[in-house]
Amino acid sequence: MKHDEINALAHLARINIGDDLLDNITDNINNILGLVDQLQQADTDNVEPMSHPLDAIQRLRADEVTEGNQREQLQAVAPATEAGLFLVPQVIE
Amino acid sequence: MHHYTIAELMTGLRNKDFSSVELTQHYLDRIKALDCQFNSYITVSGDQALASAQQADDILTTGSSNDLCGIPIAHKDLFCTQGTLTTCGSKMLGNFVPPYNATIVENLANAGAVSLGKTNMDEFAMGSSNESSFYGASKNPWNLDCVPGGSSGGSAAAVAAQLAVATTGSDTGGSIRQPASFCGLTGLKPTYGRVSRWGMVAYASSLDQAGPIARTAEDAAIMLNAMASFDAKDSTSVDIVKPDYKTTLNDSIKGLRIGVPEEFFQDGLNNEVATLVNAALAEYEKMGATLHPISLPHTHLAIPAYYVIAPAEASANLSRFDGVRYGYRCKDPKDLMDLYKRSREEGFGNEVKRRILVGAYALSAGYYDAYYRKAQQVRRLIKQDFVDAFTQVDVIAGPVAPNPAFGIGEKSNDPVSMYLEDIYTLPTNLAGLCGISIPCGLTTDNKPVGLQLTGNYFEEARLLNAAHQFQQQTDHHTKTASINNGK
Repeated sequence: MKHDEINALAHLARINIGDDLLDNITDNINNILGLVDQLQQADTDNVEPMSHPLDAIQRLRADEVTEGNQREQLQAVAPATEAGLFLVPQVIE
Repeated sequence: MHHYTIAELMTGLRNKDFSSVELTQHYLDRIKALDCQFNSYITVSGDQALASAQQADDILTTGSSNDLCGIPIAHKDLFCTQGTLTTCGSKMLGNFVPPYNATIVENLANAGAVSLGKTNMDEFAMGSSNESSFYGASKNPWNLDCVPGGSSGGSAAAVAAQLAVATTGSDTGGSIRQPASFCGLTGLKPTYGRVSRWGMVAYASSLDQAGPIARTAEDAAIMLNAMASFDAKDSTSVDIVKPDYKTTLNDSIKGLRIGVPEEFFQDGLNNEVATLVNAALAEYEKMGATLHPISLPHTHLAIPAYYVIAPAEASANLSRFDGVRYGYRCKDPKDLMDLYKRSREEGFGNEVKRRILVGAYALSAGYYDAYYRKAQQVRRLIKQDFVDAFTQVDVIAGPVAPNPAFGIGEKSNDPVSMYLEDIYTLPTNLAGLCGISIPCGLTTDNKPVGLQLTGNYFEEARLLNAAHQFQQQTDHHTKTASINNGK
């Protein structure tokens, strides 16, 4: 991968990668991708992908309200709030 | 007092040799005097610990108390602890005080355990050496120039330095078993779904599992009894009968069939580690177990499969850290994109950034099939190797890591060389099985080495039994690091 591809990924992941880190991270990631390319050797014809060790399915529950409103307690850790809303820089012009 | 195991402390408390308050104060004093050498704690909760200890003493006088009542433990800083800072070893959560307890924290508190504080760890559980912690590396009490392992490095160092009698850890690719091995301790990764993940900050949701790090299998059984539960709040929690893990510790292991995978004893395994592990297997034979050569042919694919799946899941899980609802927020964000990108640039360390980027790549359009889907197919092949083996054997044995504890700084500049150290522990997580690491001796330069036993789904009782029987016949687990008391 080249710098511009790494930067494109960084944009997807919403992380700035500073210029001082870019070389190092590009090398590291190329090495890691070299490592994982060994996967291509595996014969996986007709093998079902496995996302859960026991192939479990999502448990469902009755559609009933069971949680109370705990907004104040849960918002106490937020960087910036007002009137129960999370504050962020202006999104809509 | 700090030389006692949980089992011994239980007797001491009930005989009134000491109170939980005295015991807790003793540990708090030790932490204050000695942890500067190991950096095993990020947060020490002195006042709360003493308050819990007092409550425990009150319960103990009633004559009716749980095993863990009054016992001083500590939690890996990955588990949400209500009212107590929970950092996950990261700057991103350097100011995060959870409004709730993780289920395992709640379970252990309900059992009367006293929490001394939160232990150091690799950032967001990504690492095998504790070196990526924003709060500094933790040192191995057996050799201060060496890593304690990771990611539960602080949890292992604390128990090895006798700054807690047992701790909680998490294991996604070996993060309980490997530090336990490096620090001469007993560490158990339960079957996926055995222990609730609610309130445990997620790294790779299909691989993560919480478990105990302790000095003996008996202590690990006592901890697991409290930690394990079906939890409706964790949709991957399995509703299966939970045995009392203590009751089967003393079962005979005559006739136990131990599978020895040839792939775990090939090139790359340190000679001293191989010698000590083989000696442990010979010991099991003396106890009446039988050894059976087996093959886990897809072992070599465990590292590439893991280093696609875990980063992919991590990139999704860590997207919640965006500076909006909790955690670190950059100064003066210009707009929303700047808020996200700079908060995450400044809040995350380099290993976390690497894994998020690799994960994003593996999941991105055009690469998903070649990487993530392929890795999931390989994962099924790895699981099938174990399923086949378990039709012939009861447990699978081998080394925990190819080498004993390496030097601080030795591998931190070469992520891939660090990843290769995980070869024997990763398959267990990919397959979702249970695994335990128990001490099996010291190298010539006094570094602990662990024997790994892997068990079939939900057979923690069998693993703990096999481990306990080994610890009845050998004394490796009784060896402790000599701590410089500075006196």
